[in-house]
Amino acid sequence: MTTTATRQSAAMPDVAPVVDLTEGATWYDDLRAARVVWKREIIRFSRNRIRILTSLAQPVLFLFVLGTGLAPVIKVPGGFDFRTFMFPGVIAMTILFTAIFSAVSIVWDREFGFLREMLVAPVRRGAIMIGKCAGGATVATLQGIIMLILAGLVHVPYSPLLIIELLGMMVLTATMLTAFGLFLAARIQEIESFQVVMQLFVLPMFFLAGAVFPINRLPTWLGTLTRFDPLAYVVDAMRKTVFTYAHAPRTVRRTLDPGITWGGWHLPLGVELGLVVLVAAALLGGAIAQFTRTE
Amino acid sequence: MELAESTVEVRGLEKRYGDLEAVRGVSFDVAPGETFGFLGPNGAGKSTTISMLCTLIRPTGGSARVAGFDVTKNPLGVRRRIGLVFQDPTLDEYLTALENLQFHAQLYRMPRDRAAERIPAVLEMVGLWERRKGLVRTFSGGMKRRLEIARGLLHSPQVLFLDEPTVGLDPQTRVHIWDYIQTLRDREAITIFLTTHYMDEAEYCGRIAIIDNGEIVTMDTPDALKAAVGKDRIELRTEDDARARRELDERFRIEATTTSEGLTFHVAEGEEFVPRLFAELPVGIKAVSIARPTLDDVFMRHTGRTIRDAESSSADRLMMNPMVRARRSR
Repeated sequence: MTTTATRQSAAMPDVAPVVDLTEGATWYDDLRAARVVWKREIIRFSRNRIRILTSLAQPVLFLFVLGTGLAPVIKVPGGFDFRTFMFPGVIAMTILFTAIFSAVSIVWDREFGFLREMLVAPVRRGAIMIGKCAGGATVATLQGIIMLILAGLVHVPYSPLLIIELLGMMVLTATMLTAFGLFLAARIQEIESFQVVMQLFVLPMFFLAGAVFPINRLPTWLGTLTRFDPLAYVVDAMRKTVFTYAHAPRTVRRTLDPGITWGGWHLPLGVELGLVVLVAAALLGGAIAQFTRTE
Repeated sequence: MELAESTVEVRGLEKRYGDLEAVRGVSFDVAPGETFGFLGPNGAGKSTTISMLCTLIRPTGGSARVAGFDVTKNPLGVRRRIGLVFQDPTLDEYLTALENLQFHAQLYRMPRDRAAERIPAVLEMVGLWERRKGLVRTFSGGMKRRLEIARGLLHSPQVLFLDEPTVGLDPQTRVHIWDYIQTLRDREAITIFLTTHYMDEAEYCGRIAIIDNGEIVTMDTPDALKAAVGKDRIELRTEDDARARRELDERFRIEATTTSEGLTFHVAEGEEFVPRLFAELPVGIKAVSIARPTLDDVFMRHTGRTIRDAESSSADRLMMNPMVRARRSR
């Protein structure tokens, strides 16, 4: 106690409180606030090695166990690897679970009090949400990249162009899904509700996205549902891209990569991605609005 | 920005939740550099008031200015000038002490060089500089609270709000926390607004307001409040308590109460009364003790109950609340 006391007097300069903080938050201040929230997500992620590994276990299982097991059942013409078909879906899955998990951490922040530290700070709520979203999206993209490394094992070529295109789509997917998670989490008060979110939203979103089976020959009711799943559009876009670079034969593309149609109209890749951008922006806007309203 | 004489200026501040009036029109001023305490039982409206002053919840009536800014019209202006330490922890336990402070510095838009200067200073002040690289989850309750205080001070606020700064800590740690708070009061020209339901802690304040059921019942310096109660408490043990009680009533017109220890009564000037007691009481005295009025007595005098009783009744009030709501919704 005495030692601290002496050190205190040496260390603490006699400064009167200085108010040098300029009034009115500018976009730059918001950016700075968002950046520090983002940085915290990255620090926390990098420190949690077990989480990195466990969240990869599920997609690896899907790709190499389920995919390998299904391959003989689903007759793919020309000896084409069924797992090449599954690969984009599994990447989307990795991103989906990581992004939702990151977003829902805002509920943990609330539970353990840290959210309050952010809420009382002189920054706009929107900046905090954008930082959270960027953080979750970065983390989810990083996990996706780890899966991307396994591409060669399922006959997806390591073409630089393919990787760049996939990366772009992964960032977009991660942003949309984190925004979706934040939108759901902004209202959740208890950690227990996380299970409900998983069962009610995340799993249906995953199954309806056509990640593990093609969605073109489904009964009408199910086929209609898939068109409301934004994840289906990114999975389709990523699959188109992978199949192009993997030089999939036309017969394979006809069965496994038929694309998404709206009343007979085949959605081009650009429209699919544009749709996802819109959905992402709407979800993030909604999340910010909800977050600003509560508390 | 207007020049305000008071750092905190509160006029008729109100907060109601439906039928429940949590804060019923409180008014007070806190001068620059003052340490002002809100004393009252749990559920009296202390935390609600502090939350309104910190712009966390909106008042339903009245006004409040903190550091020259209106809490409803310019919440960001207020937030930039205040530091907060809550009852419940608000640290990121998976970050280090240093990272928690760096996060705060950036969120409060501190220039890099000033943050670099302030972070070691505040960490030193609460004696956590050596542990700066430790993850907060490895810290004890007292260390976490100290780190929160350091963080609340980091951006050099004009007012530091401490909501029950020592709640849930062991007595020894409580004393240490108060040492730190007094150190910072000496070092930094800062106004401190705190709430507590510990009577002994209110003694550290320059001025206190006693709050009960959402209203300020009295407000002054601890000494003045105690002096206003006036009477000292005398505890007496004699060879024959029953007779001593009669004699006290007949000779001094004092009504004493019998306790398991002996007799207790109140007189204005205890020290001068005791010699008379020895001279005039015709019963053998075994022991006598004088107690100055405490803030407990002050609370008792103004509310007619002890703070402990007030606490259990306000707990009932809170327990009742959901039922009230359920009834209304039917």
